[in-house]
Amino acid sequence: MLSGKHVTVRYGDFAAVNDLSFHLEPGQWLMLAGPNGAGKSTLIEAIARGVPYAGAIEWAGRDIRTLKPAQLARNIGVLSQKNAVGYAYTVEEVVGLGRYAYQSGFLSGKDDAGKARIERALELTGLTELRKASMLTLSGGETQRAFLAQVFAQDPQVLILDEPANHLDINYQQHIFSLIQAWLKEPGRAVLSVVHDLSLARRYGTHALLMHRGKCVSQGPVRDVLTPDHLQQVYGMDVYAWMRDMLSQWQ
Amino acid sequence: MKDARMLKRERFTPLTCALLALGLLLTMILCVCVGSVRISFADTVTAVWNALWGLPIPQNIAKNIILNVRLPRVLCVALSGAALSLCGAAMQGLLRNPLADGSTMGVSSGAALGAVIAMATGFTLPGSGYGGIMVTAMAFAFGSLALILSLAFALDRSLATSSIILIGVIYTMFISSVISLIITFASDHTRSLSFWTLGSFSGVNYDQVRLLCLALIVCGFILLRFAPELNAFAIGEDNARHIGVNVKRVKLVILITVSVLIGVCVSISGTVSFVGLVMPHIARMLVGPNHKRLLPASLFSGAIFLLLADLTARTLLSPIELSIGVVTSIVGAAAFVVIFCRTRKGR
Repeated sequence: MLSGKHVTVRYGDFAAVNDLSFHLEPGQWLMLAGPNGAGKSTLIEAIARGVPYAGAIEWAGRDIRTLKPAQLARNIGVLSQKNAVGYAYTVEEVVGLGRYAYQSGFLSGKDDAGKARIERALELTGLTELRKASMLTLSGGETQRAFLAQVFAQDPQVLILDEPANHLDINYQQHIFSLIQAWLKEPGRAVLSVVHDLSLARRYGTHALLMHRGKCVSQGPVRDVLTPDHLQQVYGMDVYAWMRDMLSQWQ
Repeated sequence: MKDARMLKRERFTPLTCALLALGLLLTMILCVCVGSVRISFADTVTAVWNALWGLPIPQNIAKNIILNVRLPRVLCVALSGAALSLCGAAMQGLLRNPLADGSTMGVSSGAALGAVIAMATGFTLPGSGYGGIMVTAMAFAFGSLALILSLAFALDRSLATSSIILIGVIYTMFISSVISLIITFASDHTRSLSFWTLGSFSGVNYDQVRLLCLALIVCGFILLRFAPELNAFAIGEDNARHIGVNVKRVKLVILITVSVLIGVCVSISGTVSFVGLVMPHIARMLVGPNHKRLLPASLFSGAIFLLLADLTARTLLSPIELSIGVVTSIVGAAAFVVIFCRTRKGR
């Protein structure tokens, strides 16, 4: 449903993403993993048409550059890594903007499903009671949940999440990841997310794409990609030994 | 959950809108009544009402002062205040910067440069003594916008907000220097040019009222139509793109609309500072940042503020008339400091 063919993103002479191909099918949760500077967030920005790129990114066989912005937003929802609101909008106003793609344009019909979607999104993210709260008063985790609720309200077929666990305590990490997993169970949906926590990637991902210096090191089912050898190659350390050491602190 | 974080936006109802409109009407009547010649409230209302319906105006009423001197001026001031405040609110949302207003992107300065050149060189259009200034001001406003956007595009092909602000600020500084240079050499016109660059509504007529009215209706409709997009931009440009806003197109349309409106205002009154910067902040404190409420609230509050500023400029040192820009700058700067401190404390 979503695929990239020989995608390259350049900042001057530096290729942040270098000739990378990927594909995402319904029901998959593709985890983008790799060290800092690997090009994960840049790839997401390219899919969101935030940076110019060479190659092709296709949605249902159609180059996304030919889709109108509202058309793209109805199919692909993006949650950024950094979200901050400068003015005192309420949580409800921010979440409600998720319905923009269904309301924009003089010829667009009435968005009947909108209100119910917004209510459901607020409920799913535990923000119903904070709906009238100013965004300026929210904690980092609450802000992240508000923007996740906006993406849920957007009701896309693919969720693109850049570090969705950012600012979240472990309780909400588990809550949000379980929520996304439940969301994915609806037919025709897929998730692509950037994660740094490899345990979360293995626990929730169905597939993984391991990146290093803008290139794809390995791609496929999560347990075939996030192997000791691949991780050693990318991170330059024994990741499994480190994980075991971390776990032993609890024994 | 009753929480200190909860906001009460129910305060902005149709009644609030009606009250603001009534406040504006009363301020306009007050501004017509008060001046070097005092006119009673009843005389003012009678003269305007009878003129509107084509009825004869009683001899004892100072018809000429009311209808030919003060009324066009009051209408011009109200329309300019509304337009400048509306532009400021739109710019602050679009550029996600509370310090933005029309002058931030250099359009006001560009229009002022055009008008100053026309005044210094005595350029006029055949059959219209004033047309030369207006046409050059608007041409320079458009030219400035084109130049700023081209430079911003050359710097960053995504037309990022930060690039536009950066180029706009540099351009404004450069144009201010050029205007000072022209004023220095245009010795014959120095006083009128200096007075005009600080803003002045003296001598305006109904042609200018009609032009401002048309510009405000057309541009105001476009800006109000883009309220959801302005909300999206105010939350963040990336977020706006993610929810489906055509970021480049919307940004261009809003910038051009704001430029037209500012170009018309500057060609009539000169550069009146601080209205577009301060009034959207006050409106935001009253009705919140949602542009569906903020734009109408800014429109009314801007008109009322500029009317009171013009009244002060006319009457404070009567018979000497101050430039309106002097009043708006003094009051605006003080108001801005208070707002800034309150906002910081509120966080």
